[in-house]
Amino acid sequence: MDIFGIPLQAFLGQLLLGLVNGSFYAMLSLGLAVIFGLLGIVNFAHGALYMIGAYVAWIGLEFFGINYWLALIVSPLVVGALGVVVERTLLKPLYKLDPLYGLLLTFGLALIAEGLFREQFGVSGQQYNVPELLQGATDLGFMILPNYRAWVVFASLVVCLSTWFVIEKTRLGSYLRAGTENPALVQAFGINVPLMVMLTYGAGAGLAAIAGVLAAPVIQVTPLMGSNLIIVVFAVVVIGGMGSILGSIITGLSLGLVEGLTKVFYPEASSIVVFVIMAIVLIVRPAGLFGKEK
Amino acid sequence: MRAAPALGFTVMVAALIAAPFIGLYPIFMMKALCFAIFACAFNLLLGFTGLLSFGHAAYLGAAAYGTGWLVRTAGLSPELGVLGGTLLAATIGGLVGLIAIRRQGIYFAMITLAMAQMIYFVWLQAPFTGGEDGLQGVPRGKLFGLLSLANDTVLYFVILAIFIAVYLFVIRIVHSPYGQILKAIRENEPRAISLGYEVDRYKLLAFVLSTGLAGLAGSLKTIVLGFATLSDAHWSLSGEVVLMTLLGGMGTFAGPVVGAFAIVGLQNFLADRVGSWVTVIIGAIFVFCVVAFRRGIVGEFIAWRQRAGQKA
Amino acid sequence: MIFKFNKLSAACAIAATTLMGAVGAAQAQFSGDVIKVGLITDMSGLYADIDGPGGVEAIRMAVADLGGAIAGKKIEVLYADHQNKADVAAAKAREWFDTQGVDLLIGGSNSGTSLAMAKVAEEKKKVFISVGAATSALTNEQCNPYTIHWAYDTVALAKGTGNAVVKAGGKNWYFLTADYAFGAALQNDTTTVVKAAGGNVVGSVKHPLSASDFSSFLLQAQSSKADILGLANAGGDTINSIKAAAEFGITKTMKLAGLLVFISDIHALGLKTTQGMYLTDSWYWNRDAETRAWGRKYFEKMKRMPTSVQAGDYSAAYNYLQAVKAIGTDDADKTLAQLKKAKVNDIFAKGGFVRGDGRMVHDMYLMQVKSPDKSTEPWDYYNVVQTIKGEDAWTTKADSKCALWK
Repeated sequence: MDIFGIPLQAFLGQLLLGLVNGSFYAMLSLGLAVIFGLLGIVNFAHGALYMIGAYVAWIGLEFFGINYWLALIVSPLVVGALGVVVERTLLKPLYKLDPLYGLLLTFGLALIAEGLFREQFGVSGQQYNVPELLQGATDLGFMILPNYRAWVVFASLVVCLSTWFVIEKTRLGSYLRAGTENPALVQAFGINVPLMVMLTYGAGAGLAAIAGVLAAPVIQVTPLMGSNLIIVVFAVVVIGGMGSILGSIITGLSLGLVEGLTKVFYPEASSIVVFVIMAIVLIVRPAGLFGKEK
Repeated sequence: MRAAPALGFTVMVAALIAAPFIGLYPIFMMKALCFAIFACAFNLLLGFTGLLSFGHAAYLGAAAYGTGWLVRTAGLSPELGVLGGTLLAATIGGLVGLIAIRRQGIYFAMITLAMAQMIYFVWLQAPFTGGEDGLQGVPRGKLFGLLSLANDTVLYFVILAIFIAVYLFVIRIVHSPYGQILKAIRENEPRAISLGYEVDRYKLLAFVLSTGLAGLAGSLKTIVLGFATLSDAHWSLSGEVVLMTLLGGMGTFAGPVVGAFAIVGLQNFLADRVGSWVTVIIGAIFVFCVVAFRRGIVGEFIAWRQRAGQKA
Repeated sequence: MIFKFNKLSAACAIAATTLMGAVGAAQAQFSGDVIKVGLITDMSGLYADIDGPGGVEAIRMAVADLGGAIAGKKIEVLYADHQNKADVAAAKAREWFDTQGVDLLIGGSNSGTSLAMAKVAEEKKKVFISVGAATSALTNEQCNPYTIHWAYDTVALAKGTGNAVVKAGGKNWYFLTADYAFGAALQNDTTTVVKAAGGNVVGSVKHPLSASDFSSFLLQAQSSKADILGLANAGGDTINSIKAAAEFGITKTMKLAGLLVFISDIHALGLKTTQGMYLTDSWYWNRDAETRAWGRKYFEKMKRMPTSVQAGDYSAAYNYLQAVKAIGTDDADKTLAQLKKAKVNDIFAKGGFVRGDGRMVHDMYLMQVKSPDKSTEPWDYYNVVQTIKGEDAWTTKADSKCALWK
C-alpha cells in the first residue's frame, strides 16, 4: 500500500522513529520550560546536564554495577544535586542582572562540562547496552521495532505528564508559579522562595538527566550529545511558547513527528524543518503557539 | 577624539604595523585581525545597541562561503569577492533581523541562535560549500587586478588597513546622532519608543550593519586562509565572539580587539598542548567574566583611569 | 610588597598573559639542522583507532629503525589532531611548513583533510604522503607533483570488495554513505565496479559524519528492497551502522558489505557479528613471518595489533627517510624524485613503486572474516582469499584524469 508513492512501511516506520525523537524533544524542552517559566533563566547548560545524566548512568554501570533501572533514579538525583549547587553558587548572584548574563553563564558551564568529558572520554562515545528486560524487537509488520524504543516513548510520556500535573494541578506547583510572578509577596506569606527556586533548578536538571539515561542505550553516550540537541530544543521551546509546560510537551512530540515525515519525503531538509517552522510561527504568532506574551 | 583614546589607538596601530617585522607569524596576525573585525561588528550590536545576537557566526560563514565561491569558481578578483561576500552576509542578516526583531532580550538571542543553526544546516547540504570538506583552494589573486596578494606580508598590510577603517567606522557610527539613538534604545527602550522613535527600524539597521561587518571579517578570512569551512558557521564560533567581546570589554572600542587577540592567541597556543582542555578553559573564562569580570579588560582599565582621575 | 588583588590587576594580568600567549603562539621558529616528520590525523574521534596515536608510534618505530638520525641530523616526529576538520588540518600544515620547517607531512585518516593538506603542500612545495585517507581523487582529479598516496584508495576497495560481493550473488545494491569526500568517492567507485560486474544500484542515502543514530537511514535502506547494503563509511560510523542494522533486523533481509573495514573495527564488533564479511585491505599482520614479527613489535608498545594504516605510516616514513639518506639532502624536489625512482621493499609491500600520478602501486588483499571457532589467537581475524596484483588494483591510465600522468 502506498501513500503519495511512498510505501506505507517506510511512512509508518519513520513516523514511529520520529515519535521516539519527539519524546526526547518533549522531555528536554519541558525541563527548559520549567526552568525558564519559573526562574526566568535560559538554561543553555541543559544539554550538558542531559549528557552528564547519561554519563552518570554509564559510569554507574561500568564501575559501581548500578543497573539501568537504578540509574533512572540515581542519575537525576546526582545531576539534580549538581544543579542545586550551580544555582546556589553561580546563578543566584545574577538574578538581579540582565537575564542575558544567565544565558552566558550557563553557556560557559556547558562548554566546561563538554570539554571535561571530552578530555576524559574522547568523542567516539561509550556503549551502553539496552537493559535485558527491554531487549529484543517486535515485528510490527511494517517494520521491526526494538522494544526499547517503545519504552522510551512510554516513559517520557509518563515523566512529562507527571511534571505537568505537579506544576499545574498541585499546591506545590501553585506556590512555584506564584513565587515567580511575585516573589516578594509569596515570601511575605512565609514561603521560602529562594529554596523553591533552588529546588526547581535541581528538578529541571533532574528531568534532563532522566532524558539522558533514557537516551543512553539509543545513541552513543558522547560528550557532544547535549550540544547536538540543545539548539533544536531551544527552537521547540520558542515554538511552543516559553513558559508553557503543556506547550513544550505537545510541540516536542509534534516536531518529532514532523521531522519523521520530512525524512520520508525530503530527507535533506529534516535537520532544518524545525527552524523553518520556528521562523513561520514567529512571523504569525510571536508569542509561540501556546505562549503568553510576558 | 579625546586625548587618551587617541593615544591608545596610536599605540595599537603602531604595534600592529611593527608586528611582521618583529617575527610574528603573519597568518596568525591576519586571522586575529579578522576576528577583531568580527568582534567589533558584534560589539556594535551588543555593547552599543544592547542586542545579543547569539548566532553571529552565520554571517561570517555566509560571507566566507560567498567570497570563496566568487573568487574560486566565478573567478572574481579579491576585492569584488569580498564585496560580494559582505553583501550576502548583510542580506541574510537583514532577513534574520526582520524575523528576530519581533521579540526582545532573551527571545531575540534564542531566535538568532536557532536561525543561525538553520543556515548552518543549509551550508552543510548545499553542494557548492563542499559540506564537511569545505570550500578549498581559494586563490589569493590580485587586488584590483594589480597588487598580488600571494605574499603574506603584503596581504597583512591590506588586512590591517581594512581593520583600521572598520575600527574608525564603528567609532564614527557610535558617536553619530544615529549612535546616540542606539544608546538610548539600549538604556531604556520603552522611553525611546515613547519619544516617538521607530525603534525597530533603528535596531534592524544596526543588525544589518553588524552582520555586514561580520561578513567582511569572514570574506577576508577566506582570502587569507584560502578556504571556507563549516567551522566558520558553527554555533561554537558564535559563542566565541561573545566571549571575545565580553572578555575584552563590552561597549568599549578597543575591547573587542583585545578580546579577539586574546582568544585567538590562547587557542593557538593551547590547541596542541592541551587538546580538549581548550574548551574547558574557554568555558571557564566565560563563567569568570560573567560572575566577576563583566567590564572586561579594557572596561576595567577605563574604570581604573576614571577612579585615578577622580582622586587627582 | 602587598599584592592587592582587584579587578584592575586582574585585567592587567590577563592582558599581559594572553598577549604573551599570543606572541608565543605567533613567534616564527626556523629549524634547519633537524629532519622533521609530521603526522596530522584524527587523534580522538571516530577514526582514532585506525590511525591516531598508533600512527605516531609506527612513525617513531621507523625513525628508530634508521637510528634516530641521518648523517648527524636528528629526526624529529611531530603530530597534531585535525579533529576531522579540513580547516584545522590545512592551517596546521601551513603553520608547520612556515614556522617549523617540517620536511615530510604525513596525512592520516579523513579524505577531506588530506585533500586540503595536499593543496597546502603543493603551494609550499613540500613532500606530502597521504596514508590514512581513502579518496582516489588524490592521485586522479586532484593529483599534484608533491602528493604521494601510499596505502590504499577507494578504487582498490571497490575493485576488491565490490567484485567479490557481486560474484557471490549480491546484485542489487543500496548505499549508506558518509556525507563527505570519502563517502562520495567510495560510493562512486563502487558503483562503477558493481555496474561493470552486472549488478545495479537501487538507491542511496547520505548520513552525517560521526552520526549518532542510524535508525532512520537504515529504515530507508530497508524499504528499498535491495539485497546488499553497501556501507560507504568507516571507523566508528561503520561500527555503529552494523550494530544498528542488527538491532533493527536489517540483516534478516539484506547482507551488509563493509566497503572500508579495518582490523580495529572487527576487534570492536567481534567475530560473531562480522564473520563471513568480505573486505579489502592493503596489509594484514598475520600474513607472513615478516609482517607477524613487525606486528608483534608494535603490539608490545601499543597492546593492540596494528591496522594497515599504521603499518602504512611506518612504511611511508621509513621509505622517505631512506630516500633522504640515499641522496644526502632533504630538499623536497630531490627527495620526491628519489621516492619515485626507488622500489618499496619493506614489511608493508614487496615490489612496490610510486608511479607518475603519485600512486604507490602494490598488491592489495581480498580477505574474509573468520568465524569465531577458526580464530586461533586474539586478532587472528582474516583469511586471505585473493591477492589482487598491483597492476589490477588501482585506477588505470585510461581512466585517469591526472594531468601529470599522460
